[in-house]
Amino acid sequence: MAGQTTQLDSKTLWGGKESPFQTSYGKLMMWFFLVSDALTFSGLLVAYGFVRHDTLGAWPIGEETFDSLPGLGHGYPLIYVALMTFILIVSSVTMVLAVEAGHRMDKKGVVKWMFATVIGGFFFLGSQVWEWSHFIHGSEFGRIELSDGSEAIVKGHFGEIESFTVMQAGLHHKKGDVIKDDLMHTFQHAAENGDIKAGGLIHLHDGSVAKIKKAHDHDMELTIKYTAAKSKRKIGDKISGKEAEKQYYASLYSGIPKVTYGAKWFEDGEHWLPTKNEYGPQQYAHFFFFITGFHGFHVFSGVMINILILFGAMKGTYHKRGHYEIVEKTGLYWHFVDLVWVFVFTFFYLV
Amino acid sequence: MERDDLIEYSLDTHHSEEEGKKIRSKIVKVTILLTLITVIEVALGAFIKQSADFWPFVKWTFIVLTLLKAGYIVMVFMHLGDERKWMRNVILIPYATFIAYLIFIALWEALAVGDAWSSVAA
Repeated sequence: MAGQTTQLDSKTLWGGKESPFQTSYGKLMMWFFLVSDALTFSGLLVAYGFVRHDTLGAWPIGEETFDSLPGLGHGYPLIYVALMTFILIVSSVTMVLAVEAGHRMDKKGVVKWMFATVIGGFFFLGSQVWEWSHFIHGSEFGRIELSDGSEAIVKGHFGEIESFTVMQAGLHHKKGDVIKDDLMHTFQHAAENGDIKAGGLIHLHDGSVAKIKKAHDHDMELTIKYTAAKSKRKIGDKISGKEAEKQYYASLYSGIPKVTYGAKWFEDGEHWLPTKNEYGPQQYAHFFFFITGFHGFHVFSGVMINILILFGAMKGTYHKRGHYEIVEKTGLYWHFVDLVWVFVFTFFYLV
Repeated sequence: MERDDLIEYSLDTHHSEEEGKKIRSKIVKVTILLTLITVIEVALGAFIKQSADFWPFVKWTFIVLTLLKAGYIVMVFMHLGDERKWMRNVILIPYATFIAYLIFIALWEALAVGDAWSSVAA
C-alpha cells in the first residue's frame, strides 16, 4: 500500500481517489463519532471529579458502598463490580475474535463469536439491574442520624426480624396477632417515618402497635460521615461494639425520622423529590444513576446493534458483500463501551 | 453505475489463516493481561483503606493501570495501533489535549470551591 502512494500526483490525490488515512469512510466516521462520545463521557466524569473534590470528606468510598454479592450479603468489597468488569472484558474479547474471523471470511466463526458477545452483553445488563436495585434499596441498617446531629453509615450483620406480635389492636390487626409477612419492608418503612418507639414497638399503618421480635445484631460499626455544629465527632470517626448499638437504637427508637435507606425518591404532595441517600451527598446518587445509566444505555444499544449484525451474518449478507467490515465497525462501538466502563470502574468505584 | 475510481479499503484488512493464528494468540495474551490488571486493582481497592498514609500512591497506581488498560483496548482490540500514523494522531491528539486541560481546570477550580466552603463552615 505504501508503495502506491508515491505514484500519485497531487491532482489525483485531491480528486478523491486515494484516502489519506487508507481507511474506508464508514470506519473513519465511526471513529469520529466515538471521539465525540468519549468527550461526553469525559465531561460527565470530570463533572463527577469536580463535585467530589469540593465535598472532600463526606464523599462515599467505593469499597464501603459496594460490598455485597447476590445471595451472600455484605463483606465482599468490590467483588461484584469486578465481576461486571470481567464480563465486559470477556465480551470485548469475543467481539475482537468475531472481527478476526470476519477478516478470514469465516462466516461460522463470526456467527459463533457474535452470539457469545450478545450473551455477554445481556449478562452485563442483568448485573447492572441487580446493582441498581441494590443501590436503590440500600443496606439493612441504613444511614443513621445520631443524637448529637452527626450522621453515620453502619456496617455489620443485621439480626433477622422474626415476627411482630400485636399488642394494641388497629383497624386490621387484632391483639395477639402474629405478623410474619413482609417484615423487613414494614420495619424499614416504619423506621423512615419514625414509627418505631422505645422498647422495640412498631406503629403499623392501620393504627395497631406491635412488639418486634428480632435476632441480635453482630459486629456493628458506625462510621461518621457528617458532623453537626454542636457535635464533637469528626468525619471518619468510628464507633463500634456495644456503644455503636446503644447509639444506633437510641436514634431508631427516638420516634423521629432519623434513618435513611438506599437512594429513593419520595412523593411530596404533587412532586417527586430526591431524598437523601444512604451513602453520602445527594449528588453522589445523581452521578451514580446518570453515569452508570448513560453507560448502561450504550451497552443496551450495543447489544441491539450486535443482534442485528448477528442476524445479518447468519443470513450471509456480509459474505455476499465480500467483506465483514460492518462487524469491525460495530466492534469499534462495542470496545468503546468497554473502554468507558474501565474509566467508570476506576473513578466511581476505586478512587 | 459502477465506479472504478474508488478504492475499496474494506478488503485491505483481510488476512490468511496463519496471520489469523498470530492475531488470535495476541488477543489471548492481551486478555490475560487485562484480567490480571483488574484483579490487581480489585485487590488494592479491597485491602487498602483510603485513610492509609500511602493512599495517594495507590490512587496514582489505579490511574496508571487504567490508562494501561485503556491503551491496550484502543491499540489492540480497536486496531488503532494498526491504522496509519496520522489517523491515530487525528483521533488521539485533539482529544487528549482538550481532556487534559478540562481535568486540570475543573479539579483546580473544585479545590478552590472546596476551600471556600470549608472557610464558610469554620
